[in-house]
Amino acid sequence: MQRKYTFLLLILLLVVIAVLVDIPKPPEAFNTVLGRDLQPILGLDLRGGIQVLLQPSEGFEATASQLEDATKILENRSNALGVSEQVFQVIGTKYILGEFPGKTDTDQVVSILQQTGLLEFIDAGDTPLEPGTVVATDFTGKGSQQPSVLPTVPAEAGTAPVATPTESVIYHTVMTGADLNTVGVTSDSSDPNPYIAFELNDEGAKNFGEFTTNNVGKYLAIVLDKKVVSTPVINSPITDGKGIIQGQYTVESANELATILRFGSLPVPLEVAQSTLIGPSLGQDSLNKSITAGIIAFIAIALMMILYYRFPGFIAVLALAIYILISFAIFKLIPVTLTLPGIAGFVLSIGMAVDANVLIFERLKEELRGGRMLNQAIDLGWKRAWLSIRDSNVSTLITCVILFWYGSQFGASIVKGFALTLAIGVLVSLFTAVVVTRSFLHIALDRSKFADHPKWFGL
Amino acid sequence: MKINIIKHRYWYFLGSLLIIIPGLIGLALWGLPLSIDFTSGSLLEVQFESGKAPQPAEMVALYGDFGFDSPRVQTAENNIIIIRSKDMQQETKQAIVSEMETRFNSKVTVNRFDTVGPTVGAQVTQRAFIAVCLAALGILVYITFAFRKVNHAFRYGVAAIIAMIHDILVVIGAQVFLSHYLGWEVDSLFLTALLTVIGFSVHDTIVVFDRLRENSLIYRRVSFEKIANHSIVQTLDRSIMTTFTVLLVLFILALFGGVTIRHFVLILLIGILSGAYSSIFNASPILVVWENREWKTWFRGKKTAESSAQ
Repeated sequence: MQRKYTFLLLILLLVVIAVLVDIPKPPEAFNTVLGRDLQPILGLDLRGGIQVLLQPSEGFEATASQLEDATKILENRSNALGVSEQVFQVIGTKYILGEFPGKTDTDQVVSILQQTGLLEFIDAGDTPLEPGTVVATDFTGKGSQQPSVLPTVPAEAGTAPVATPTESVIYHTVMTGADLNTVGVTSDSSDPNPYIAFELNDEGAKNFGEFTTNNVGKYLAIVLDKKVVSTPVINSPITDGKGIIQGQYTVESANELATILRFGSLPVPLEVAQSTLIGPSLGQDSLNKSITAGIIAFIAIALMMILYYRFPGFIAVLALAIYILISFAIFKLIPVTLTLPGIAGFVLSIGMAVDANVLIFERLKEELRGGRMLNQAIDLGWKRAWLSIRDSNVSTLITCVILFWYGSQFGASIVKGFALTLAIGVLVSLFTAVVVTRSFLHIALDRSKFADHPKWFGL
Repeated sequence: MKINIIKHRYWYFLGSLLIIIPGLIGLALWGLPLSIDFTSGSLLEVQFESGKAPQPAEMVALYGDFGFDSPRVQTAENNIIIIRSKDMQQETKQAIVSEMETRFNSKVTVNRFDTVGPTVGAQVTQRAFIAVCLAALGILVYITFAFRKVNHAFRYGVAAIIAMIHDILVVIGAQVFLSHYLGWEVDSLFLTALLTVIGFSVHDTIVVFDRLRENSLIYRRVSFEKIANHSIVQTLDRSIMTTFTVLLVLFILALFGGVTIRHFVLILLIGILSGAYSSIFNASPILVVWENREWKTWFRGKKTAESSAQ
């Protein structure tokens, strides 16, 4: 007897939490615990934006870790776009998916993603620079200035950085990655460590030759997007445009450096395999319409349940309302990105949540017709319906898992969103059918006599 | 009044075939137009100022000037035009849009621009097929496990899968006709709808089978046919009520949910109806056919088959 009230308390507690999460401005406490803003995340199809699927250019293979690296670099680059919520993820074994909510200019996004990182060789003077140090250089992007600056700067730049902290120094750029013709990793018997061999174009060879002749024994830093990658020493002048970079390299780290020299920052060159642009007005329109449809659907279901099942129907509507509150709270907590098919999946799962109740009520009616006491009928009806509910929902969950997997393989976030919302819907509907409907029925009916009110049950 | 569904099983099988066979013939004749999700190409949806939207033929001509052969142009409400072509570069798209603005003298808003390269397209198709097969296998294994206490649990799984294939064929058949007459393409949303139908189909079938499982453990001396029929009738109220609720939701989504998902919702509607039909009129009758090994009499004329069904 007491158990049902414990359940009632638990349900009430859950509902209160769910409501607090659901309201547009949840209490601050949630944000602090979660470490992020508790806002519903809308998919691109509902808010507009651009989705780009990248793959290694033809003839290139990428390992999983290379793709991960590329993802991080792309993230840095796209900060230049001024969108704060862009998402990059590795999809399957060869794709990278980028999503840019609110963007409408595909050309801009793609050109920023495809740019090669800026590779510079800077004059570091007498001190080696720690890899990862952020430095300022005098390279402004127009290649023509380099030769003229060369003769004057090395002298002062050679002494300046020794004492001064790096941020305040502007290093001189000797040449950029544009001057590199070929880069390769080699090793021979004279050196146990592999080294990187490179060849320069004519202009690069001239500049580099002059610089190295004047700066033997000093440091030359390789800088990518203003971040130091490596700081080799100039051992001897390189005048024929063919040089090597030696150091304590392993085959792996040598290859890594060579790749950076070759492709700018990306470990592999990437090309656009697929791009999608959804205009913002289309998204807003879809969102409004699906919310309207959801509300109408709920009212229609509520009317139908109450008309057909009477009192239990009313309980089912309560359970349904709780179901919607909890599901939406979970969507916000996980967070699930709501897409149009995702919302459709959710609205559809309301239909399945009803099914669980229908199964229970039909059994309840059967037991009542068989002359059972109301109290027993509720328990028996529930118990008999449970197997059907369990087996049928598990099969739906199996489909959801497969759909989710399929969606994850190609960045088909539409399919993925649908599978996830449907799966959450199914799980929560199991809970409401098993706990909520049953407890409510017991609490409301245990003391009443069914014989007095057969009409309550549509009998 | 006693409803006997099992007795007329061959009529219901015939009904299914009458729906499925035209779909298969249509599939063979016309094929299914795959969207750029599965092949490759570009889709550009543009919106013109009111009254300024050009005729499809003018748009085809414009695309022709950029070297695109036979783009497919489709007009929609609100001065929207959707053009599908071979896949194009970003720069080409920009050039085409600005050419539209000058040629048709209207501001052009790009609502959607999708480009899919050939490699992605091919893989998506392949994995889609694998996804359906995996779903079927997973469900087969689960049902065989869940029904392990009754005789021939495996049969229940197979019957559920046949009912599922029935629904897939009905949905594909419907899509063939929708594609042929309305130009609807098979896209990733269609695939989502199809997979949902699979889930629902099995869901419905299992509810009936579950009753069959329960009854066959209680009435051990009653013939399988009678138990099967009794189980279907007992779950009929629930089947009708649930299907009706889901259909109601789908109708509302179709009416109010916006154009983007209308295709998706209509496919679901057809699939759910088919799923309800197959779970009542196909799945359990198949078990009866299997139990009686009726195929032995199939080629001795229809009479025998009917009489064994009494």
